[in-house]
Amino acid sequence: MTWASLTDWWWPYLFILLAGWLPTDIWRFIGVLIGGRVREDSEALVIVRAVATALVAGVIAQLILYPSGSLAESSVFLRVGAAAAGFAAYLYLGRRIIVSVIVAEFILIMGLLLS
Amino acid sequence: MLASILMFIAGCMTDSELPSHQAEVADPRTGFSWFLSGASLVFSVPALILMTAHVGFAGFASENGVSLFQATFMVAAIWALPANIVLIGAISGGYSLLGAAIAVALSSIRLMPMVAAFVPEMRGSRTRKFTLLFLSHFIAVTAWVIGMERLQHVPRNMRTSYFAGLGMTLTITNTLVVAIVYFLSADFPPIVFAALFFLTPMYFLASLWGSARDHSIHIAMISGLLLFPLIHLFAPAYDLLLTGLAGGAVTMGYVRWLPKKSEGR
Repeated sequence: MTWASLTDWWWPYLFILLAGWLPTDIWRFIGVLIGGRVREDSEALVIVRAVATALVAGVIAQLILYPSGSLAESSVFLRVGAAAAGFAAYLYLGRRIIVSVIVAEFILIMGLLLS
Repeated sequence: MLASILMFIAGCMTDSELPSHQAEVADPRTGFSWFLSGASLVFSVPALILMTAHVGFAGFASENGVSLFQATFMVAAIWALPANIVLIGAISGGYSLLGAAIAVALSSIRLMPMVAAFVPEMRGSRTRKFTLLFLSHFIAVTAWVIGMERLQHVPRNMRTSYFAGLGMTLTITNTLVVAIVYFLSADFPPIVFAALFFLTPMYFLASLWGSARDHSIHIAMISGLLLFPLIHLFAPAYDLLLTGLAGGAVTMGYVRWLPKKSEGR
């Protein structure tokens, strides 16, 4: 059974529910069940939080190193350089998110225009 | 602006109670009022960045032959941008239903530890499990980062209302964004999309660092950033999950063996 197997109007929506909604929300529900057993001051929560943070950091690295769409055609060195400069600007210029975004975007766009 | 003033007031209120478990004392603001403060975050910078990412998604969906209603249904039902992109990739690759479901499940496993860390932050002492299961649908990276930063300043028994406002408004707004952009078939030069796609990681990078309550979060973040490319080389299908586990292990090693240095925050 693929996306194009049935021509009925409801088939794509059922496909989205079974292949998209179910395998996504099932993890959220399991997360609720696990999180419900964790006490707020326990070491287990420190572990869960560390794993979740490292994972979100992995998502960030993925978006920079292996992006999809138009960004994928730019040089990886440009993206890493722009991100590193933006983050350094965040750390050393008053910890403002907007500063990091502006510095990184400026370098990225300049690099794209010059290449 | 109004929201940040309200946040400040809420912050003062919770700080005046010593243990956070006892924050369920008389609160002059109703649940609905907290719902609205959560909803007002749709005008924040991270919410705008998420909308730009969905502008890109609408274009991606229409390029791959997914209809307007199917694309908007995906955004509302799945509410995780990477899972949506994986699903469209699987559809255009002609995957079977099972193959597509497995690919999506792998990209969505990350939500499990994220939700598990979020729930103790969000629940009050009388929160029903059903409420948490329902609200968990609205937890994705952006709402997670905003929630981990702001929920600590919201009285505990108002946190589910606050997050309901934030999460549901973000989901509904972005569903509408996809519908409108798709309908207008708005087209931008590639450099605009490239710049828009770069906003998300930069915002996450700075806000995740800034919202950390102790040093262990910084260690977790750095290890995740550095381990991901390495792990991606060896196990691309499980890269995010393994990055989470390995980064978590590094962090716990740090907490265990260097405990004194990071205390006092």
